[in-house]
Amino acid sequence: MGESRTPEVAWEKVQLARHQERPQTLDYIAQMVSEFLELSGDRLHGDDKAVVGGLAVVGTRRVVLMGHQKGHTLQERQERSFGMARPEGYRKAIRLARLGEKFALPVVTLVDTPGAYPGKDAEEGGQAGAIARSIETFARLMVPTVTVIIGEGGSGGALALAVADRVLMLENSVYSVISPEGCAALVWRDAAAAAQAAAALRVGAQDLLKLGLIDVVIPEPAGGAHVDHAATAEAVMREIDLALKELEGIDPSERLRLRYEKYLNMGSYATAYGR
Amino acid sequence: MAKYVTIQVARRETPPAPQAPGEHCKKCNASLAAGELERALRVCPHCSYHYPLPAHERIAQLADKGSVGFIAEEVQAVDPLDFVDVKTYPERLSTAKFETGLSEAFLAALCDISGVPAALGVLDFRFLGGSMGSVVGERFHRLARAAVEERRPLVVVAGSGGARMQEGLFSLMQMAKTVVAVQMLATARLPYVAILTHPTTGGVFASFATIADVIMAEPGAVMSFAGARIIEQTTREKLPPGFGSSESQLTHGQVDMVVDRRQLRERLALCLSFLMGGQTGG
Repeated sequence: MGESRTPEVAWEKVQLARHQERPQTLDYIAQMVSEFLELSGDRLHGDDKAVVGGLAVVGTRRVVLMGHQKGHTLQERQERSFGMARPEGYRKAIRLARLGEKFALPVVTLVDTPGAYPGKDAEEGGQAGAIARSIETFARLMVPTVTVIIGEGGSGGALALAVADRVLMLENSVYSVISPEGCAALVWRDAAAAAQAAAALRVGAQDLLKLGLIDVVIPEPAGGAHVDHAATAEAVMREIDLALKELEGIDPSERLRLRYEKYLNMGSYATAYGR
Repeated sequence: MAKYVTIQVARRETPPAPQAPGEHCKKCNASLAAGELERALRVCPHCSYHYPLPAHERIAQLADKGSVGFIAEEVQAVDPLDFVDVKTYPERLSTAKFETGLSEAFLAALCDISGVPAALGVLDFRFLGGSMGSVVGERFHRLARAAVEERRPLVVVAGSGGARMQEGLFSLMQMAKTVVAVQMLATARLPYVAILTHPTTGGVFASFATIADVIMAEPGAVMSFAGARIIEQTTREKLPPGFGSSESQLTHGQVDMVVDRRQLRERLALCLSFLMGGQTGG
C-alpha cells in the first residue's frame, strides 16, 4: 500500500475506490451486522435513499449506523442518485445522529459518495445549510463517533458524514476536496489530466495518514475490497470495535474537547512572527 | 496585555478593484462622475448594482473610524502538498499577494460597529477567488477565539469560490474547523452574524456561512453549493434566471434578509445590539 504520488498509482486507487462491485454500506450491514432496524426519512420533506441508516448491532455493541449507498445495478444507482445525497439525506443523517446521542449509542458512519447531489431542487432546498448543520451536529455529539471512508470520500457531501472522533480509511478508498476530474477541468482545463490531479491532490489513504488528516488505514484483501466482501467487512468491523473501545474509555466531555481540539488544529500554515 | 495592534485603516485612494468603472456603470450604463462610485460604497447610485468590494474597504465601511485592530496577520500559507498544476501553489500565492496587496483571502479585525465592539472577518474574492485554505480557517479560528475572550459578537463577510484546491483535503477540513470555531461562540452565548456577498459558493457556503444566528445577504449576490455549470451538466436541468440569488435564497428560507450595502452597517449594528443586549446590560 504505497503512497499515490504518481498519476498511475493514484488513478488506480480512484478506479478501485469507484469499482462497481466494491462493498457499499448495505453490503457491510449484510456482512457485519447481526441485527438491523432501518430508519427512514428526515421528518421534514422526504426520504433520501442515497443515505441509509438505522439501529444496528455490530459485534456485541448497539450503535446507530449510517452511510452513503451508491447502488450496484443501474436501477439501484438511479434510485439512490449514485450516492449523492440531497438535503433530506443530510437531515436524515442529523436526525439519526441525534437519536444515537439521546439514547447513548455510539454513531458509526460509512462514507462513499462522489459528492452532494448537484440539482436545482437540492440547492433551493438548502443543500449548503444541510451539509453545514450536519457537520455541526456530528462535531457536537456527546457519544463516541467513528467514520470509515469505504470508497469515495467526495468533498462536502462526504464531510457531512465524516466528522468524528476517529476517521478510518480503507486502503484503496479516496478522500478529496474535489473530484480529480473536476480539479483537472478547473486548473489544467483538461479533464484528461484527472490522473495527474489525483496524484497532486493526494487522495489516497496512505498520503492522508501521513499528512495527519485521518487516523487509521485499514488494509484490503489482495486485488481490492471487491474481491472479498466478507474479509473486508471483518477488517472494518475489527477496526470500528478497536476505535470504539478506546473512545468509550474517555469521559464524554473530555472526548468532546478532544474532538474540538482535533478539528481546530486541522490545517497547515506558518506563523510569520511567533504566536 | 494587548493581543493585537491598533492601526488606522488606510482608506485607499486608488483601490485595486476589478471594476474601475471609468465613466459608466457596467450594469445600467449611467454615467458616473470620477470617484462617485467609491463615495457611494461601490453601489451604483442609479441602478443600485453592488460592485465587488475589496476587504479593506468593507472593513472601513462597517467599522467605526480608528477602532480597527487587525489580528492573525502572522498566519501565512504554506504548500503542504507540494502542489503543482500548470503553476506551483507558491507561485499562485505570490501573484495573488502582489496583485491584491493582501496577505491572504481572509482579514480578521477587532473593531467597533456603530459603537458595538465586534470581531469582524472579511473574505476577499480577489485573492485566489476567496478560497478557503488553512490560513482562512486558522484566521477564522483566531478571530472566533478573540471574540470569545473579549466577549464580542462575531461578524463574517463571506465571498468565496469555495475550496482552496491546492491544499487538497486540508482545505476540506477547514469546513469542519470553522464550524467548530463557531461552536466556541455558541457555547459562550455570543452572537454570530454572516453577511453573504457575491459569490458565496462551495465549501464556504456549506460551512460557516450557513450556520450563523442571523444571515444577511447583499442584493444580487449569487449563492450555491454546486456551481450552475455543474448542475446543468449533471442533471441537464435548465436553471431559471436569478437561480441562487439573494432574493431567491430569501424566498426559499435560506437567509434572513437582503440588505442594501448602504443600510448594512446600521442594520448590522441594530442586530448586534439586540443580540448582545442581554449581556452588556445596555
